[in-house]
Amino acid sequence: MAEVKLTNVNKVYSNGAHAVRGVNMEIADGEFIVFVGPSGCGKSTLLRMVAGLETVTEGDLYIDENRINDVSPAERNVAMVFQNYALYPHMTVRGNMSYGLKNRGDSKEEIEQKVIAAAKTLHIEDFLDRQPNQLSGGQRQRVAMGRAIVRNPKVFLFDEPLSNLDAKLRVQMRIEIKKLQRKMGVTSIYVTHDQTEAMTLADRLAVINNGQIEQMGKPIELYKDPKTLFVASFIGSPQVNLISVRYDGKFLKSGSLEIDGFEGLPIAEELVLGLRPEHLRIDDQGKLAMKIDLVEQHGADNLVYGSLEGAKNEDGDDLELCLRLNQGQEPSIGETINLSYDHSNALVFSKETGKRLI
Amino acid sequence: MKRVQFSHSPIPYLFIAPQIIIICIFFLWPAAQAIYQSFLLEDAFGLSSQFVWFKNYKDTILTDAWLQSAGFTLVFSFLVTFLSLALAMLLAVKANEVIQGARTYKTMLMWAYAIAPPVAGLMGNLMFNPLIGDLYYFLNAMGWDFNHKLDSFDAGFVVVLIAVWKQVSVNFIFFLSGLQGIPKSVIEAATIDCKSNLRRFWTMTFPLLAPTTFFLVVINITYAFFETFGIIDTTTGGAPGGSTSTLVYKVFTDGFRGNDLGGSSAQSVVLMLMVLALTVIQFRFIERKVHY
Ligand SMILES: Nc1ncnc2c1ncn2[C@@H]1O[C@H](COP(=O)(O)OP(=O)(O)OP(=O)(O)O)[C@@H](O)[C@H]1O
Ligand SMILES: [Mg+2]
Repeated sequence: MAEVKLTNVNKVYSNGAHAVRGVNMEIADGEFIVFVGPSGCGKSTLLRMVAGLETVTEGDLYIDENRINDVSPAERNVAMVFQNYALYPHMTVRGNMSYGLKNRGDSKEEIEQKVIAAAKTLHIEDFLDRQPNQLSGGQRQRVAMGRAIVRNPKVFLFDEPLSNLDAKLRVQMRIEIKKLQRKMGVTSIYVTHDQTEAMTLADRLAVINNGQIEQMGKPIELYKDPKTLFVASFIGSPQVNLISVRYDGKFLKSGSLEIDGFEGLPIAEELVLGLRPEHLRIDDQGKLAMKIDLVEQHGADNLVYGSLEGAKNEDGDDLELCLRLNQGQEPSIGETINLSYDHSNALVFSKETGKRLI
Repeated sequence: MKRVQFSHSPIPYLFIAPQIIIICIFFLWPAAQAIYQSFLLEDAFGLSSQFVWFKNYKDTILTDAWLQSAGFTLVFSFLVTFLSLALAMLLAVKANEVIQGARTYKTMLMWAYAIAPPVAGLMGNLMFNPLIGDLYYFLNAMGWDFNHKLDSFDAGFVVVLIAVWKQVSVNFIFFLSGLQGIPKSVIEAATIDCKSNLRRFWTMTFPLLAPTTFFLVVINITYAFFETFGIIDTTTGGAPGGSTSTLVYKVFTDGFRGNDLGGSSAQSVVLMLMVLALTVIQFRFIERKVHY
């Protein structure tokens, strides 16, 4: 069991790419941390530095009290699950799982015992003598997990382990990973750009943007209380509706649309109003009028897409809006409906800095 | 092995026809000629010949000179194959780790590939020349009483050295591309699982390179058997006393220098059979142990 600490960690690749910029983080024992962010933001780089697969350009890494910057990957006592599984193609499943233990010098009986136990947990006992190329993608994924858990490491590292699986299997494995991590209580870091995975797995979530931690906290905190426009637009599915507005002391204005009820905002500055699809509701007295273009039925709820009347986006086009309705509420295409929202849920950001104002 | 079922259409045969014709003209026909020749005894002027059954075989194969040459060929082929593969693998593994200036480094290692065997032999000749050869002086200065014109071990050393040097670059290219074909994440996973570099090499890199290695063993044995002809011809010429004469070189000297066409043909037929046996062994037994 272990705590992980990163202080002012930087990574500059030999080609000059500054992939990680001054990251500070403290991970508690047994915590499940997820890194999310867009492609190329430096998630993998950060994870690989913890694994020891990339050198740390600046800053310090600690596992418990030990600084591990210069400790070899094998001696850090971490286990990693790769996106493409990275199974050893010339070894059987048993060989794959016992390789690390063998190199560590565990006894034969001990290895066999641990391998069997791990295989049972993951339901791969029947495949122990197969080669990886005789397994399906999902089974390979399990073997990769098995290889990680037999080592009983201090830290689990996952780099998009589920992204090669089909949607159904992904959900199933996601739940299994979470349960396994709970049971074993091993500190874990998990990289993904799938935000459902991020929200459901994480004890705490770190949203990374351009090599920096944009915000870190419980998934629900990030959803409810995003500190920046980037976090607000990254967390939540479907994405938050963003409306470019200016404040004139009384109204938030966009085109001919005027929205009241806001106070204390900087006047005449460019602002962004964020309204989540689930916070909008149909209300005949509502100020927002939306013309419906498309209705997506998801079973439990319906997603309604349309254009917000009066409001224009930066290019002068009609502003696209998305609205989440319960099943049963299903307006028809072409219809215009009025919407209202809770002021308490509205988010206002400065366009220039991206910081949240309200 | 996968089996593919083709429908019976003449088009595939059309496509392989050029290859078949080449094989017929440049392999089957001369091979048939050689077999025919090996049963004939010509007179000294090449005017008449006589069918003698296996006399040529008896007179050439069962001699000390042939057995000695066969022994040398085996040792020579083993050394050339083993050394050039080992050296090339070491260089490729090291080159694969180099990050800065990798391209220059790799290009430099590949240069020797462009040199024809006889030219390599001539270069070796210069380096081991008793009057002006740097290596000749160097080895003698090191306290080795080196003389490849008189001592058969020294002569063997020279041909092995040159043959290996010439072949390392080819092997290097194949090993390097083999190494680059190993998924990076597999090696990374192994780095987390195994601390010792050496152990990781033997348990991970080496087995994953096995297909390349197997292929190169076949190529290198063929090279040592046949293509080193040019090197031997330009350096030692089989001297001293035929001790550095490989079987192929002996076929040449007996046939064209000694004018014994029947005996030389008999030797080439035996050589052909040996190569055939070798090929069967390689593909039957070794390939099975290789993971693709
Ligand atoms: N080996 C490398 N050499 C140079 N630059 C690199 C290297 N690996 C990554 N980078 C750069 O570092 C930045 C971060 O890369 P990283 O792989 O960490 O992104 P990521 O967040 O994992 O993206 P993805 O979601 O696509 O996997 C990128 O701009 C990338 O181009
Ligand atoms: Mg990545």
